[in-house]
Amino acid sequence: MSSETSSAAAIGDVEGVSLYDVDHPAPVIEPPRKRTAKTPKASRGNFEMYAWLFMRLSGILLTVLVIGHLLIQLVLDGGVSKIGFAFVAGRWASPFWQVWDLTMLWLAMLHGGNGLRTVINDYAERDNTRFWLKMLLYTATVFTVLLGTLVIFTFDPNIR
Amino acid sequence: MATPTLDKTDNAEAGFADSPFITATFRIRRFNPEVSDEVQWQDFQIEIDPKERVLDALHKIKWEIDGTLTFRRSCAHGICGSDAMRINGKNRLACKTLIKDINPDKPITVEAIKGLTVLKDLVVDMDPFFQAYHDVMPFLITKGNEPTRERLQSPEDRERFDDTTKCILCAACTSSCPVFWNDGQYFGPAAIVNAHRFIFDSRDEAGEQRLEILNDRDGVWRCRTTFNCTDACPRGIEVTKAIQEVKRALITRRF
Ligand code: SF4
Ligand code: FES
Repeated sequence: MSSETSSAAAIGDVEGVSLYDVDHPAPVIEPPRKRTAKTPKASRGNFEMYAWLFMRLSGILLTVLVIGHLLIQLVLDGGVSKIGFAFVAGRWASPFWQVWDLTMLWLAMLHGGNGLRTVINDYAERDNTRFWLKMLLYTATVFTVLLGTLVIFTFDPNIR
Repeated sequence: MATPTLDKTDNAEAGFADSPFITATFRIRRFNPEVSDEVQWQDFQIEIDPKERVLDALHKIKWEIDGTLTFRRSCAHGICGSDAMRINGKNRLACKTLIKDINPDKPITVEAIKGLTVLKDLVVDMDPFFQAYHDVMPFLITKGNEPTRERLQSPEDRERFDDTTKCILCAACTSSCPVFWNDGQYFGPAAIVNAHRFIFDSRDEAGEQRLEILNDRDGVWRCRTTFNCTDACPRGIEVTKAIQEVKRALITRRF
């Protein structure tokens, strides 16, 4: 399209003299991580599909587990005031509640961790930022999961 | 501002009413790298029949007020897909948007579609968009010998992918997708729609390959079901549904 430089100059020129002209155009702003012909070709593997499925399935399970957990801990039988060392010790004496809490811990941590991974993938622009944010996330997730598992399995009611 | 002159109008109806013209303000996002690296919003007040389209207003501005205003358009009838732009914050085709439908009492904002490099005013670099389109192999792939007559297909088989054949590659959907705004590596809705058109075509034999491409890290699993694409599509394609159908095909293929 033709461009009339005289009237166009009036638009941009605030300070009087413009730094840019036809031969020295201003830099354009490129979007983050633009697709080019060199964009990595499709990799075989179903990780993203399994991650997506896991989010749906763990979500369903977690609704049951978490609502049950909240009911028991906060509503039924005296509510939050009953929670103490003895209450927790009593529950973990039964393998049923151990498994319940363990499943809840693993599913919630992986569900949340995967959710945050997608958020990082969606919003971190630079490859380095992505990498380190994800490393931080994975470390935190693994640490919490292992610590929780350790506590559930090695819990000693006679610790005092 | 110029007084309305009826002889200029190309709208035959305009001659009948007393004065169909209204004064509308178009607030256009201008960028010209040959002048400045700054983006500016510029207001244009024009007298125009509200039954005209935004594209007519842009023409009027370009032809009568400021010849430097730059935008793409070709067919002017909603079929070539070159004039997708963000009008009042929503992606539409300028040639299919009537001024009366977008409240001309307030300034009407017009800007380039998001997520692609703005080259000048309303013109963006479409290369990344078409690269994603190429990457899903949007052409018929078959094995074996070429038949001596056309490849027949039942009306039901044709119906299966009818919706996605309507795409005009305007990029309204892809450039309305928040995942695409932040990460251009995502294929984007338009590429998936065009893959869908062949994946579900009974004559095509490379569906498996295309599914594999979209199973990738930057493929369909990045869709967050925001529905921005379905809202934006000027052809009324159920874009999000097409993406979900590809997801379902990927899952049922495995299990
Ligand atoms: S699916 Fe609709 S919005 Fe997207 S490119 Fe095709 S016609 Fe345009
Ligand atoms: S100019 Fe062809 S679609 Fe609008």
